[in-house]
Amino acid sequence: MEKTLQKSPESKAGKLIAVVLIAALYIFLYLLDNVLPPNSFTLMLIPVLKKGAIYSLICVSMNLLNGFTGLFSLGQAGFLLVGAYAYSIFTIPADQHDAVYQYFEGGAIRFSVPEALGRVLGENAGNILGAILCIIFAGLVAAAFAALIGIPVLRLKSDYLAIATLGFAEIIRAIFQWNGLGPVTNGSNMLRKYTDFSDIQIGSVKLATAFPFLISMICIAIIVLLIHSSYGRAFKAVRDDEVAAEAMGISLFKHKMLSFVISSFFAGVGGALLAMYQTTIQANAFKSAMTYEILLIVVIGGIGSVSGSCIASFLYIACNEWWLRFLDSGSFFGISVPFFRDGFRKVVFSVLIMVIVLFFSRGIMGDKELSFAGLMRKHKKKATGGVEGGGQA
Amino acid sequence: MSEKKPVLHVENITMQFGGVMAVNDLSLDVPEGQIIALIGPNGAGKTTAFNCITGVYEPTNGLVEFCGLPMVRNHPRGKMKKLYQGKDADKYAHDPAIAPTPDRITELGIARTFQNIRLWKSMTVFDNVLTAKHMRADQNVFSATFRTNAKEEKRMRAETEALLVEQNLLQYRDELAVSLPYGLQRRLEIARALATSPKLLLLDEPAAGMNPQETAELAAFIQQIRKEYDLTVFLIEHHMDLVMQISDYIYVIDFGSEIARGVPQEIQNDQRVIDAYLGVSEE
Amino acid sequence: MSAFIQANLPYLLSGISVGGQYALIAIGYTMVYGILRLINFAHGDVFMVAGLVMVYLTTAMPMYISIPLTIIITVLLGFTIERVAYKPLRSAPRMSVMISAIGVTYLLQNCALYFTGGLAQIYPTIPWLSDSVTIGSATTKMVTVVTPILTVVLVFALVLFIQKTKIGMAMRAVSRDFETSQLMGIKINSVISMTFVIGCGLAAIGSLLYFTNYPSVIPTSGSMPGLKAFVAAVFGGIGSIPGAVIGAFVIGICENIIKGLGSSWTIFSDAFTFVLLIIVLLVKPTGIFGEKATDKV
Repeated sequence: MEKTLQKSPESKAGKLIAVVLIAALYIFLYLLDNVLPPNSFTLMLIPVLKKGAIYSLICVSMNLLNGFTGLFSLGQAGFLLVGAYAYSIFTIPADQHDAVYQYFEGGAIRFSVPEALGRVLGENAGNILGAILCIIFAGLVAAAFAALIGIPVLRLKSDYLAIATLGFAEIIRAIFQWNGLGPVTNGSNMLRKYTDFSDIQIGSVKLATAFPFLISMICIAIIVLLIHSSYGRAFKAVRDDEVAAEAMGISLFKHKMLSFVISSFFAGVGGALLAMYQTTIQANAFKSAMTYEILLIVVIGGIGSVSGSCIASFLYIACNEWWLRFLDSGSFFGISVPFFRDGFRKVVFSVLIMVIVLFFSRGIMGDKELSFAGLMRKHKKKATGGVEGGGQA
Repeated sequence: MSEKKPVLHVENITMQFGGVMAVNDLSLDVPEGQIIALIGPNGAGKTTAFNCITGVYEPTNGLVEFCGLPMVRNHPRGKMKKLYQGKDADKYAHDPAIAPTPDRITELGIARTFQNIRLWKSMTVFDNVLTAKHMRADQNVFSATFRTNAKEEKRMRAETEALLVEQNLLQYRDELAVSLPYGLQRRLEIARALATSPKLLLLDEPAAGMNPQETAELAAFIQQIRKEYDLTVFLIEHHMDLVMQISDYIYVIDFGSEIARGVPQEIQNDQRVIDAYLGVSEE
Repeated sequence: MSAFIQANLPYLLSGISVGGQYALIAIGYTMVYGILRLINFAHGDVFMVAGLVMVYLTTAMPMYISIPLTIIITVLLGFTIERVAYKPLRSAPRMSVMISAIGVTYLLQNCALYFTGGLAQIYPTIPWLSDSVTIGSATTKMVTVVTPILTVVLVFALVLFIQKTKIGMAMRAVSRDFETSQLMGIKINSVISMTFVIGCGLAAIGSLLYFTNYPSVIPTSGSMPGLKAFVAAVFGGIGSIPGAVIGAFVIGICENIIKGLGSSWTIFSDAFTFVLLIIVLLVKPTGIFGEKATDKV
């Protein structure tokens, strides 16, 4: 299928369109960060774009595990937490330590990677390189945690695996809130003042919105490459039929572990980006409810569809933080509706999610991917056949 | 039949589930290049025996050797020791127990099919076969992700294509495996097993659900792949015609125990086998 | 030993009490899992809703009406959840049902958030249960003493119900073999509904006892006790009612003793439960009283 796809003219044109659109997207993001004057519209748009990009990565990483490898893991919040902390701890400027770690005499770690690099390379370059290094570090720490946790839990079957990973996420949360580790993690207090998106710029070009897009896009591209590789096929084989996969020489433990570690690496990266977005983090926020939220976005997008997860992330974040705000505000186009008050948005949302889970369990994309080549073919044929092939990345 | 060294040597294999004796003290040899059949009525323990050989179950007692190397070896332990009713309980106790996972056994060179076809349902025919090549590919997760294994991937795809041509499945390559008709699904499962480059092929009721004509084609097909791929074949079967037609040697089990062994003509005339299949007129 | 008990008596007492409350929730988990093979994530939130219903009812009517009404409303809620969110997915893969359960959790918590406006709701003082009693060196509420007794009585009644009645027998049959029981003419849907009714009724009683010990109810009040009760069910061997009860007491007592170790350990009282869970899953995944199931290839 891939071969025929690559040769077809639609595929070439589709690729071209994708490249043009991505270029247009970055030009738009550049304008948004640097040229366009802030107004009420961009003030809503920018956070939605940033958070949507970050959630895309987080959801795709969960989809790799739950959708492509068939491992029902509910530990995502734990790995996000590890990533967020690993990132922030090493990017808090030295002179801020006394303020941040005020209950722990300034903390145990008293250097900052961006600062150290900044001294050599200049502040901006130091910030970017330092942030990227720490983001990768965050992913590696999360992956290391996953490797340790995976040894015991990956032997468990479906729902036991779910509850065990959920349990580990809670244990991680407790460890990071423990005062004994306070000099490193600041206990149950906030971490703040670390390098965030507003610090990211090249020369005078601000990259506050483009940066999370770039990182997410690279990571998602890597995940897509993995899914379409021999290992990705092995993951799907494990998902479709474990017994057959094992009988065909695919080691269940090795491949489950690989998927778990890789998924957690990208969750860690996502956690780091989330920390940058929020500008402050606290372990207490990474509860199981967060995992549920991510899982539900994956379900909305379609379990087993990367583009579905991305679309659903942006939709979810946009609805949640922007489009459905009016449900909380008490009025609708000027007409006051008494039951539109705080929290109503979330109720509407949960009902929508239940409707999707019960009646449209395939989500937006099912297990198909969005591709421009596929869209064009569909348009040409005017047939109802599914959208297929290729990655969106 | 014993001039050649057996590819598969099974010794005293016993499998108990709680108090139920699914396989009792089964011993058999599968010599190189032959087609050996294990037959018996429904529920005789044939598939359980297969599952012990391929590592799906850990047998209660016994030894399986592949090409002279011990591959599965076990002796009753713990609660099983008390429950164990077969003989030779301590015969293998002095050796360290080994019972590798099915993927390790496949890596050694044993491939199998399943009684109730187990194809990967979300994958195309092509991908089903291609994925079975994953195990033997020279790659790691980084080289595969970042496509530095392009040569290896190309080779795998070419081999898969060649295999599909040989198996007459090429015209279905882009169809979902589970959308194929039943007989073709069986053939695809065999092709997938061949993709792991086995020395020994285990077929679990390959003719189940086939009509006489399809069965005849299957018989020719099995003989053909044995020749072409230089295989040894060990099969479980129900269809007597197929077994009698292609087997070099037959083992018959009933209620987990061996009741007869011999070349097809001997088995055909064996009273115990006829009794087991047709039922003895006892109360 | 006696010195240890003396020093930790307050923690031990509240441990036994909390254990009893977890037990009442855990029964709901273990029965539903036994029959549907579903971790009903929403069960903890049903428990929370029972707390909120009680808060709202007592503002409008006297205690002796609101208590039974709370139980009835909770039971109806459980019944509705099963019919709306789980029944349509009976033939769907297990993962879909679990996702649906998580969706219900999300829905219940968000509804609670909406109705409470995000404010903690002060739980009413139930007369007699909130009275103080002194046992040995510890002063505690009456509920601490009542909980274990009531739990044991209820569990005993439940076990009798399952052993002796026709519907109880049907429940046992369904948990043993879903398909065959269906073929044997057991009305599967009514058995499942009954399971949810019993589970939610016990959870409502559990919530009356649990929240009496706490000042207020918030929308996430149910998630932690819910998860702990589930762990208790796994610990005891999922599907086994006595197992769930024993597991619940073990968890309740242990986590309170950890709280007694000092303030820096309090944070681990929740995590302990999960450590226990993982140990159980690794050492004896079937729990203390669970039965082993073999998958057929």
